[in-house]
Amino acid sequence: MELFWYIIIGVVLTVFFVLDGYDFGTGIIHLFFAKKEKDKEVLTKAAGLFWDSNEVWLVVAGGMLFMAFPTFYASVFSGFYLPLIIVLWLIIFRAIGLEFRSQFKFQMWKDIWDTSFGVSSLLLALFFGIALGNIVRGVNLGGVENGVSVYEGHYFFLPLWDSSFSPLSETPGVIDWFTLIIGLIAVVTLAIHGANWVILKTNSSINSTLKSIIFKLNIVLTALTLFSLIVWQIVNPTSLDNFINKPYLVVFPIIYLTGLFGLFFIKKIKKDSHAFVLSTLLIVGGITSSLASLFPVILPSVNTINEPLTIYNTAASEYGLSVALTWGIIGFILLFVYMIIQKRLMGGKIDKMDYGH
Amino acid sequence: MEDMLFYDRLQFAFTITFHYIFPQLTMGLSLLIVYFKGTYLRNKIEKYNDAAKFFMKIFAINFTMGVVTGIPMEFQFGTNWAKFSELTGGIIGQTLAMEGMFSFFLESSFLALFIFGEKLMGQKLHFVTGFLVFLGSWASGWFILATNAWMQHPVGYEILDNGKFVLQNFSALFSNPWLLPAFLHNQLASVVTSSFVMASIGAFYILRNKQPEYGKLFLKTGVIFGLISSILVAFPTGDWNAKNVAKYQPASFAAMEGIFETEETGAEIVLIGQPNMVEKKLDNKIAVPNILSFLTYQEWHKQIPGMDQFKKEELPDNIPALYYSYHIMVGLGTIFIGVMALALFFLWRKKLYTLKPLLWTIMFLVPFPYIANITGWYTAELGRQPYLVYGLLKTSEGISPTVSSGNTLFTLLGFVALYMLLGLLFLVLVGKTIHQGPKPQTH
Repeated sequence: MELFWYIIIGVVLTVFFVLDGYDFGTGIIHLFFAKKEKDKEVLTKAAGLFWDSNEVWLVVAGGMLFMAFPTFYASVFSGFYLPLIIVLWLIIFRAIGLEFRSQFKFQMWKDIWDTSFGVSSLLLALFFGIALGNIVRGVNLGGVENGVSVYEGHYFFLPLWDSSFSPLSETPGVIDWFTLIIGLIAVVTLAIHGANWVILKTNSSINSTLKSIIFKLNIVLTALTLFSLIVWQIVNPTSLDNFINKPYLVVFPIIYLTGLFGLFFIKKIKKDSHAFVLSTLLIVGGITSSLASLFPVILPSVNTINEPLTIYNTAASEYGLSVALTWGIIGFILLFVYMIIQKRLMGGKIDKMDYGH
Repeated sequence: MEDMLFYDRLQFAFTITFHYIFPQLTMGLSLLIVYFKGTYLRNKIEKYNDAAKFFMKIFAINFTMGVVTGIPMEFQFGTNWAKFSELTGGIIGQTLAMEGMFSFFLESSFLALFIFGEKLMGQKLHFVTGFLVFLGSWASGWFILATNAWMQHPVGYEILDNGKFVLQNFSALFSNPWLLPAFLHNQLASVVTSSFVMASIGAFYILRNKQPEYGKLFLKTGVIFGLISSILVAFPTGDWNAKNVAKYQPASFAAMEGIFETEETGAEIVLIGQPNMVEKKLDNKIAVPNILSFLTYQEWHKQIPGMDQFKKEELPDNIPALYYSYHIMVGLGTIFIGVMALALFFLWRKKLYTLKPLLWTIMFLVPFPYIANITGWYTAELGRQPYLVYGLLKTSEGISPTVSSGNTLFTLLGFVALYMLLGLLFLVLVGKTIHQGPKPQTH
């Protein structure tokens, strides 16, 4: 039952990053590449029409984590206190940017909210990547100092950074050179994903340049991926064990590599939706590979005194999980129906759609 | 540690108060929008359709605000109340996750369709999407109230040796005797807010002589819904809730009613007075004898335990705040019934639209239902103190063990600053929408 919920929440989180990922990515593209007012407007629209229904997935993932793995939820949310609250603020700034930009016509107003939208999208992508980096690297569970736990073994508190700035420190912070690399990977991946979304959903004048931008970003991403794979081994030496013991898990890295490889042919791809699928594969493959390398651990411990958090030692009771599975299935069926209805009515290019009046 | 508890509570109180400005409007407003859209389907008078679309714009602004201030609420259980989350997540996580699954998806998917899809879908389907938005927003209220009801009156659980609460009976969460009265009271109170907002906008349009035909429609609808909901909020639902408090949380009941000493021959009802915590009495008291016993138990001489019957640690920790919250809510509720009854009388006599003093009153009454709703929630939450889970888990035991008070103060100040900005922008936006008015714009 724990495994079921682990998979469900994994799926919900991945869907969240795929969906909200494209509007984060749209924000990054908007920040760096949209210069003409018309493009800026249409890019804001490409994110603005969808962000709130995308962020519902985050709310649902949060709620499910709370229900199924309360100990993990409590430990991680309080342990990453500051970065989490900063993420909340950024989410708010981004939303205000999207919703308020078109309310007044003068340029300065638009510039303010464009920047708010772009910068917070960029920082959110970076922070989500850093978060993944932290999960892979592990934390000082129990707040061990000089061989003694300061808190209960499943609690911790991370500063934003440790003075050594190293993932190998005994008391690593949220930001170190390793998590920063993963953060950069997230930024580049979501920028590619966002660019594909813009091409798919709009007729903006930068669509053609975006294709060569995607190509260049993909080279950067490949380099970063190779580099991160090497340092990954230093930070988490057991990360390959799962793939060796359960070879079928290799499917997840293959998903990632398919996306990465396919995007080199971006200029030859005829259908825009195919390119979008490839960047979706990057996100899906990236997240699932990281989770698969840790399984069943969901938060490693950097000390030897306290056990890592796993899906088994943090889960709620068997009865609760099985009841929730029943309503969960009903919920997903309903959700599927809504998505089909929405897709049928809101598909296609959005340039002509009315927004913000 | 004391500081920490204080900042955690302050941050939660501040963020939830600000958040609840928005859902209390959207829940009630969605009902009124369904009413407008449904009426339009029957009588085909364009005015009603314009009204539905106009209020959906106001709904959408409030919904966005509700989403961005709501995400921090869900996360704060983990960030600031980690111990509470760890111990009770297996139970309240159920209802919170269901809220996301069954109401947010519904509400957000169909809100977009309602706003953008009228031409694509045709009128009947457009009505259906409006109805589904209403259903989603009320379902959200249902699940949140189910969560809160469990904290007020825990049911269907078992406590393990390590202190964890484990779910024993899922359906008990929804048959909790606390839930239905609290849900109905809360939803009707949100209808009060939205009716008053609608009536206020109507009065504003009439007074400014701007699109007065819409002004009259809004005012009339607001007054009728406002009177019905104001009455139902007080009786039977308010009464029903008070009886639940008397039954399940007698110490809170004594504190909110301001009964310091038990009276053998029946309790009086306090109308006015200030709690004096040093001398343990009410200053400047105006009270009517025996009424409280009658209202609560339908017996004039039934004895109701006062605060003298309880140990200090069983009583809420901020008695004056609880007492004032409750009395402000009840006082305002009474005024609402009075004003709306008066308005309905003049509406019937066909004088309301020209009766300036009453129009001004209705226009300026708009903040007060918000205050009544929020003080109502303060009554529930302060009344539950010193517990998070009534009788079982103390508030002081629920905070995050690893977060320092300095960090919480920092984030609290950040939230205050950010929400000031958000509130300002919200007012600008709603103001602009009201200024434009419901008349279809020609592009």
